Amino acid sequence: MATEMLAYIDRKSFIHELSGATKLIIFIMWSTIAMLTYDTRILLFLFLFSLVVFWISKIKIREVGFVLLFILAFLLLNNVAIYIFSPQEGVKIYGTSHLLFEFFGRYNLTAEQLFYQLNITLKYFAVIPAALLFIVTTHPSEFAASLNKIGVNYKIAYSVSLALRYIPDIQRDFRTIAQAQQARGIDLSSKEKLGKRLKNASSIVMPLILSSLDRIDTISNAMELRAFGKKKKRTWYNEQSFKRTDYITIILGLFILVGSLIITFYDGSRFYNPFV
Amino acid sequence: MKKTVIQFNNFTFKYDSQKEPTIRNIDLSIYEGEKVLIAGPSGSGKSTLGHCLNGLIPFSFKGDITGSLTINNQETSKLNIFSLSKMVGTVLQDPDGQFIGLSVGEDVAFALENDEVPRDDMHRKVIDVSKLVMMEDKLTSSVHELSGGQRQRVALGGVIVEKVDILLFDEPLANLDPATGQHAIKLIDDLHKALNCTIVIIEHRLEDVLDQHMDRVIVMDRGRIVSDSNPNELLASTLLNESYIREPLYVTALKYANCELNPSMELEHIQKLNIDSCKASLHQWYEDSTFKKEQPNKTPILEVQNITFAYEGKEPTLKDIFFTIQQGEMISIVGKNGAGKSTLSKLICGFEKGHQGKIIFDKRDITYDTIRERAEKIGMVMQNPNHMISKHMIFDEVALGLVMRGVPEKEIKERVEAVLQICGLYPYRNWPISALSFGQKKRVTIASILVLNPEIIILDEPTAGQDFYHYTQIMEFLVELNNQGKTIIMVTHDMHLMLEYTPRSLVLLDGELLADDTSVNILSDKEIVEAANLKQTSLFELARRACIPNPTEFVARFISYDKEVRNIGYRDAGIH
Repeated sequence: MATEMLAYIDRKSFIHELSGATKLIIFIMWSTIAMLTYDTRILLFLFLFSLVVFWISKIKIREVGFVLLFILAFLLLNNVAIYIFSPQEGVKIYGTSHLLFEFFGRYNLTAEQLFYQLNITLKYFAVIPAALLFIVTTHPSEFAASLNKIGVNYKIAYSVSLALRYIPDIQRDFRTIAQAQQARGIDLSSKEKLGKRLKNASSIVMPLILSSLDRIDTISNAMELRAFGKKKKRTWYNEQSFKRTDYITIILGLFILVGSLIITFYDGSRFYNPFV
Repeated sequence: MKKTVIQFNNFTFKYDSQKEPTIRNIDLSIYEGEKVLIAGPSGSGKSTLGHCLNGLIPFSFKGDITGSLTINNQETSKLNIFSLSKMVGTVLQDPDGQFIGLSVGEDVAFALENDEVPRDDMHRKVIDVSKLVMMEDKLTSSVHELSGGQRQRVALGGVIVEKVDILLFDEPLANLDPATGQHAIKLIDDLHKALNCTIVIIEHRLEDVLDQHMDRVIVMDRGRIVSDSNPNELLASTLLNESYIREPLYVTALKYANCELNPSMELEHIQKLNIDSCKASLHQWYEDSTFKKEQPNKTPILEVQNITFAYEGKEPTLKDIFFTIQQGEMISIVGKNGAGKSTLSKLICGFEKGHQGKIIFDKRDITYDTIRERAEKIGMVMQNPNHMISKHMIFDEVALGLVMRGVPEKEIKERVEAVLQICGLYPYRNWPISALSFGQKKRVTIASILVLNPEIIILDEPTAGQDFYHYTQIMEFLVELNNQGKTIIMVTHDMHLMLEYTPRSLVLLDGELLADDTSVNILSDKEIVEAANLKQTSLFELARRACIPNPTEFVARFISYDKEVRNIGYRDAGIH
């Protein structure tokens, strides 16, 4: 269903067949690089590489379209905010100032600032595909097992995966509740003023919270009755043991991690400077 | 003497949140290998008793315990919930809510995972157990692909995968269609024989549970045990009526016919019943009673014409549905889970769009009306009241629809108060909704629809989870609305409801309209009953076994006679 976002998307692909833990480890390495480096070449490489991986996974852009739009909107907001609060950040970092366009005072647009913000944007672009892929190609029941495998406490791991798993159920509840409330005359369409709409939306949120609390109550009782939390460790029915491809993937990831860090810090700065 | 596995001694429990104990002075022994039913109306304390057995009390729900409860000679309050779960396996009421794993195999394996069973071992055990509950082909299916009955079988598998001594079922029949319920009871019986364990079933639908033999029935009322006997003794007594548990319909019929009932007649099952001594009285009663056929009103109010509908990218859920509902009718829509009943009611209310065919209300085509426009004429009451309630106070909740329509405040007050009167909620109008019981919440949601003054009210499972007392209250309330001219459509699994309250029924099967006939005819028709997972009424079988020439007519006469008796009964009791 189109309404289910961030749910597991079943395909046959190399990415799907990797164990969840491998994907998680790669994802963590990927974000580490993207967080640390401002080196445009590396960011570009990461971005292009993740596009290739995305293509291999056979996931269509449109299947994650909604979330993608959501993130892009935030990215835009982020960029605007950076420009408002720190319009000369690029000049400070790169040490030169190439004026492109004159507004007034400190809001004059420089090539350095543009380049700096381009790098920020690239950081997002490098991580987004990896994050989305990890979520939509890891079977939810393997999700917890893989978190646990890299050392997360299994209770926390299981809660995270339960939360993810209930997203579709809660979306379904939301739909049902919204229908019932619309029938009583609560308008959520754009015909209503924004303030009123927000108020109206609250009449859906409240039943949604109540019915979700019900759900939590039942499931936590059910889990306790079947001895969840009895021992320090647990085994996993759906855990995938590491195969050769998993080791190769992780080694490849390590190479990229180390390589990127060396290139980034080689000249003593996290920034790649094309202006000198 | 058999070994005692469960022993309550003068056991009393009070929830921290309650003033009075919920169960008091319980003395009860259950022996190894027994199969026991605990019956009782809502609030009788039967679920609380179950919670005490599986350890949710006192380990999850806190409260004060006096007296003692031992399981396998160990005092439960000195154990913990995990060691109890090794002895008592619980299948909870709601098969959806207790589905923990995402796939069948994973869910069955859950307890094993927590016990650190190695993976290979675990997979082997899961396969063994899934064979026992007949789910071995579905190990990789996800919960959403399963029917209600299958989900319950998985839940059962997840419990018996650990070797438990006692199996506890909390209302196993709620949420199941009649035929699936019958299978569930049969499966429990088979497991009882195969695993040699003790079985405790908590359920108020007595007739359905007694479909298979039970060793003992314990009746609870207001926190106490009021009866502890075998089913035959219980059914021969008058105790059931006093504690608002519905007795099997054939027993009621025997009582109406003034048959002398005694425990040796094998009353527990219609097929085992020694009917010979009753035949004469039954024939006599049949001759004496009549069935007044009501002349149906012939003003169509809702016409559904050739509706076909599919959810995006799926097979059609409804195929070419055609029927007409007359003004002032009370009608049931029945069929298996997933037959398209809910979808049909959503289409009628305009919740879902994009069907082929026409919907006509009072001679006007409303196919293209919005949800809100249709809501003026057709009101929908959802199954789960929590999906509808969004305000804290009862008055505000009922007023919500009017407030949204910009009705003047004075008129709102008048209309809301009038509706609260009708629904018997007027004394509570300034109460917070959270203080209400499930049944009362249901009435609040009915009131909040009723206040908009629709011509047609559609109710999804109006009596699900209600005991006989509240069932009767809700249904009599709906009858009253019906008498005032409202047309009432109910989506239901309850065969009693269908038979007693709705003269006509629609049967859906795999998205097609299988039958549109009187409820009596439908429930007497073996082919329809089997195809649509319904259950033939035991009255029909009673009439057949008593050699009454026209069993269908017998059923019809019983229903109209019963209605009269109960109407008088309720007026006498001052309940109505």
